[in-house]
Amino acid sequence: MTPRIPILELEGALLVTVQVDLDDQLAVQLEEDLGAALARSSARGIIIDISGLELVDTFLSRILAQIASMSRVLGAEAVLVGMRPAVAVTLVELGMTLDGVSTALDIDRGIARLHALLAESP
Amino acid sequence: MRRPADTDFPKGLYMISDLIGENAEALLDDWLEAADRVSRARPELAHERRLQARSFIEQLGQSIDDDTRPEDVRSAPWSGVRETLDAIVDTHLDEGKAPADIAFFVMSIKRPLHRLLVMRGGEPDDMLRVIWRVDLIVDRLGLYTAEIQIRRKEQVIARQQEEILELSSPVVQVWDGVLAVPLIGTLDSYRTQQVTETILEAVVETRSEQVILDITGVPTVDTQVAHHLLKTVAALRLMGAEAIVSGIRPQIAQTMVHLGVDLGQVVTKARLSDALKLAFRRGGLLVSGGAAN
Repeated sequence: MTPRIPILELEGALLVTVQVDLDDQLAVQLEEDLGAALARSSARGIIIDISGLELVDTFLSRILAQIASMSRVLGAEAVLVGMRPAVAVTLVELGMTLDGVSTALDIDRGIARLHALLAESP
Repeated sequence: MRRPADTDFPKGLYMISDLIGENAEALLDDWLEAADRVSRARPELAHERRLQARSFIEQLGQSIDDDTRPEDVRSAPWSGVRETLDAIVDTHLDEGKAPADIAFFVMSIKRPLHRLLVMRGGEPDDMLRVIWRVDLIVDRLGLYTAEIQIRRKEQVIARQQEEILELSSPVVQVWDGVLAVPLIGTLDSYRTQQVTETILEAVVETRSEQVILDITGVPTVDTQVAHHLLKTVAALRLMGAEAIVSGIRPQIAQTMVHLGVDLGQVVTKARLSDALKLAFRRGGLLVSGGAAN
């Protein structure tokens, strides 16, 4: 069986904690799983914790941007939390500023941010 | 008359290695006497100088041979000689000697070496060639000391640069969740990177969501500097923090407009206090009292 990133449902939000380095296949799988989970459940938000990630390449950052866009299409919001400084610097150097993606320092603030976003959205 | 190629010096003709080994002490005395004539060591360091010179001669005797070519001094078997030179340069630098003095010190071993070779005797043609050969080798070693000195200076400059960087961009936590960074001096790409890393680390450490970048101390803001600022702001946003740029003086604002510098969606404020108020508001803090409200 191929490994998967677990998706937890917590107070109306889907929580994903990435603890291993995401390879391309795993990332694509996560995107699919999240789409399916959003459609299945009543959750209106996604929190992706990437504090465990030491490496993010252009492919992965594109996937993350896609997850954000996809969740918006499905009537939800996504927040990316816990990006490490080194990863942030690398992404900026690569020109991947993930403009459409909401961010937060940690899961705690991610949930607050999610609530704020959902309050704004219709 | 066929002129013998300089590269095929017959091994074993002079046996320089043995020559140096057998006459090490005499060579040492001769060398230090010649060196003292150029530049004397401080009395308390004379002993140290002698020890270092002796180990240089030892290493030289082990590495050199009749068929050694000048460029060989950079090869691995010569690492022992180069190490003794490192030590010699360091002692001289501690003493405050001029760069030329250090090279002269090493090169003043030439005459003593010549005397040894002349002592061995031989055909004038051979003798001329071996002396010429030894001279070239010693010249290379002299040049090498200059390189070491440059490397030492570069190390000092690099260390100072680090220190200046640290001094010129302190990250101050002005309130819970609010960081202020006074940027001072020109922002180039290297500095921006260092400063950005420092700020991002501080954001993680203090769990601050608001970061004020104060550019009062930045002399000019051109497209390049703006680009660097934007990069820092983008990195902060990726981590989940918000940036406010403050301290934009009227002249700088004017230049920015003339140059067509675009800070995009970055929030800018004229004064640090304005930025602070905004940061407080964003952080859900209420500022009350005072006439400036």
